[in-house]
Amino acid sequence: MSSDEAARPLSRTAERGPVARFLRTYALQLGIVAVAIVVWVLFLIGSPRTFLARDIYISFMSTTPFFALVAIPLTLVVITGEIDLSFPSIMAFGMMGYDVVFLATGSVWLGFVACLAAGLLAGLLNGFIVVKIGVPSLVTTIGTQFLLRGAVMIVTSGQGLGMTEVQESGLHSALVGRAFGVVPAQFFWTIGIGLVVWFLLNRHRYGAHVYLTGDNEESARLMGVNVGGTKIVTFALVGLVAAFAGFVVSAEVLFFWPTLGEGYMLNTLASVFLGGTSVFGGTGTIFGTFVASFIIGAINAGIVAAGLTGFWTSFIYGLIIVASVSIQTVLGRRLR
Amino acid sequence: MGNVLELRNVSKTFGEVAALHDVNFHVGSNEIVGLLGDNGAGKSTLVKIITGYHAPDRGGELFWQGRKLEHLSVARAHELGIEVVYQERALADKQSLWRNIFMGRELTRGLGVLDVRGMRSETRKLMQSAMGFTSSAITPESTVKTFSGGERQGVAITRALYFEAELVILDEPTMGLSLSETRKALDFVEGIKKAGKAAIFIDHNIFHVYPVADRIVVFDRGTVAGQFMKDEVTLEELTQRLHRVARTGSLDA
Repeated sequence: MSSDEAARPLSRTAERGPVARFLRTYALQLGIVAVAIVVWVLFLIGSPRTFLARDIYISFMSTTPFFALVAIPLTLVVITGEIDLSFPSIMAFGMMGYDVVFLATGSVWLGFVACLAAGLLAGLLNGFIVVKIGVPSLVTTIGTQFLLRGAVMIVTSGQGLGMTEVQESGLHSALVGRAFGVVPAQFFWTIGIGLVVWFLLNRHRYGAHVYLTGDNEESARLMGVNVGGTKIVTFALVGLVAAFAGFVVSAEVLFFWPTLGEGYMLNTLASVFLGGTSVFGGTGTIFGTFVASFIIGAINAGIVAAGLTGFWTSFIYGLIIVASVSIQTVLGRRLR
Repeated sequence: MGNVLELRNVSKTFGEVAALHDVNFHVGSNEIVGLLGDNGAGKSTLVKIITGYHAPDRGGELFWQGRKLEHLSVARAHELGIEVVYQERALADKQSLWRNIFMGRELTRGLGVLDVRGMRSETRKLMQSAMGFTSSAITPESTVKTFSGGERQGVAITRALYFEAELVILDEPTMGLSLSETRKALDFVEGIKKAGKAAIFIDHNIFHVYPVADRIVVFDRGTVAGQFMKDEVTLEELTQRLHRVARTGSLDA
C-alpha cells in the first residue's frame, strides 16, 4: 500500500484530525459567521449608541426579510448551476394576481391564494423554458423579467392598489405583525421558510438531487436522477416564495406598487453569493445565505449610523462582498 | 442456458451519424463478455442503450431474461439489476462519499425523507468490506474530489455491487489505473463470474480482456465485426485479427 500512500493528493494531509475535519466540513458556514462578527464589531466600535440599542435590530428584522425570503430558494437554483434574475418581477406578478382577484371578489384571502398561484406559475414558466426548450437560465430569466413586469404594467395600467383591507383580514398580523409587540412577524417567516428549505435541501431526496444536478449533470443523469424535473421544481419554488415575499412587502406598506421588487435584485443575489454558494453549482448552504442576507441588511444602516455619508454605502458594501468571497475562495482551495 | 440480455436489430442514429447499425448481441447467464473495438466503434452507445439512457431507433428490440423490454429507462434498468461502472466513473466530485454511493437511489424513510444515518453507516461498512479503504483520512463525509484514480474506481465498482446487480457493465474500467489498481479491477470481474452473475467488460486493451472473458465480441464502425469463444482462439490469433479489422474492417483475411 506504500505506493498508494504516495500517490494520494497532498491535500489529504490537511484532513487529519477532528478539528481540521470540522473546519473543512463547515468552512463555508464558519467563514460567513466570522464575517458577520467582524462587521458587527466594526459597527459597534463605529457607533456604539446605535448598535447597543434594540431598535436597530428590530429594524433589521423588519426589512431584511424582504430580500432574504427570496434568497433562500434562490440558493437552490444557484446550487443546481442555474440562475434566476426574474424574481423581482415575479414579486410584482404575484401581487398582480392579488390585485385582479381582490378587485373581482373583494376577498383578501382569495387574492392571497391567487398571488401565490401566479408566482408558482411564473416559476414553472422559467423552469419549462430552461429545461424543455433548453434556453440558458441567465437568458431565460432576463427575458421573463421583462415579460412579467410588462404583464403587470399592462394589467394594472401602472396603477397601484391600496391594501388597507388586508389589515382587517388577519393576514396582516400573521405576516407582518409584531410578535410580543416588538419582533416583526416576517422575521419568523424567514426563519420558518429557511428551515423548510434547509430540510428539503439536506434531508430530502429532492435536495440530494439539487446538489447532484449542480455538481455533475451528466453523472446525475447516468445514475438516474431526474435532472430536468429537479430544475423545474427549483424554479417553481423561487416563483412561489418570490410571490409570497411580494405580498409581505406590500402588506407591510399596505400598498401594492407595480414597480414592486425593483431594487431587491442585487441584495438578494449578493446574499446568496456572500453566503458561500458557488456560482459553479454543486455547493452552497441555506445557513450561509441566511446569515449573509442579514450582513447585507446591516451594512446600509450601519454605515449611516457610523456617521459616514450615504456616498460611502456602495463602496463599503462592495468591499465587504469582494473581500469575503475572495477569502472564501482561498480557504476553499486550502481546506478541500 | 438462457440469455440474461439480448439485443435484436438495434440501431442508433444521432442526426446523420449512425453510431450503431443493426446490432445483434447477447449475454448468457453467468457469462463474461469482452467487448473490444476502437474509439467510435459504438461501444459506449451500446452501453447507454442497455442502461436505458438512450432509446434504440425504431425496430430495435431488447430482451431481458427472455422478456421483451419496452421503454427502458435508467430507473427501470436499475430495478432489473443492470449496473454500470462508467468510464468517467459518473461521480459527483464535490459531494460526500455516501451521497455518491447512493446517487439517484437514496435510501429514504418514506415521503422522500432521506435516511442519512442509514446511508452513512452502509457506506462505512462498504468502505471496509468492499472498497478496501483503510486510511482513517477517508470517512463517509469525505468529498470524492480528493480521491485517487483507484479509489474513485473503487467507489464506482462498490456502488454497482451494493445494489445486487444481475448484469454488470464495465466501461473501460482499467483506464488511467496503476498496475496494482488494474489487477484489482480484473479481480473484481472474476468475482462477478464466481458470484454467478453476468458481465460486459469493455476495454481497449486485449491483454486485460482476454484473461477474464468467456467470449469476445469485436465491434467496428457501429456493427459486430465478429465474435470468438475464448477457447477457440489464442491471444496471438486474436491480436492479429484485431489489427486486420483496424486496417480493413474485416476480421478474416
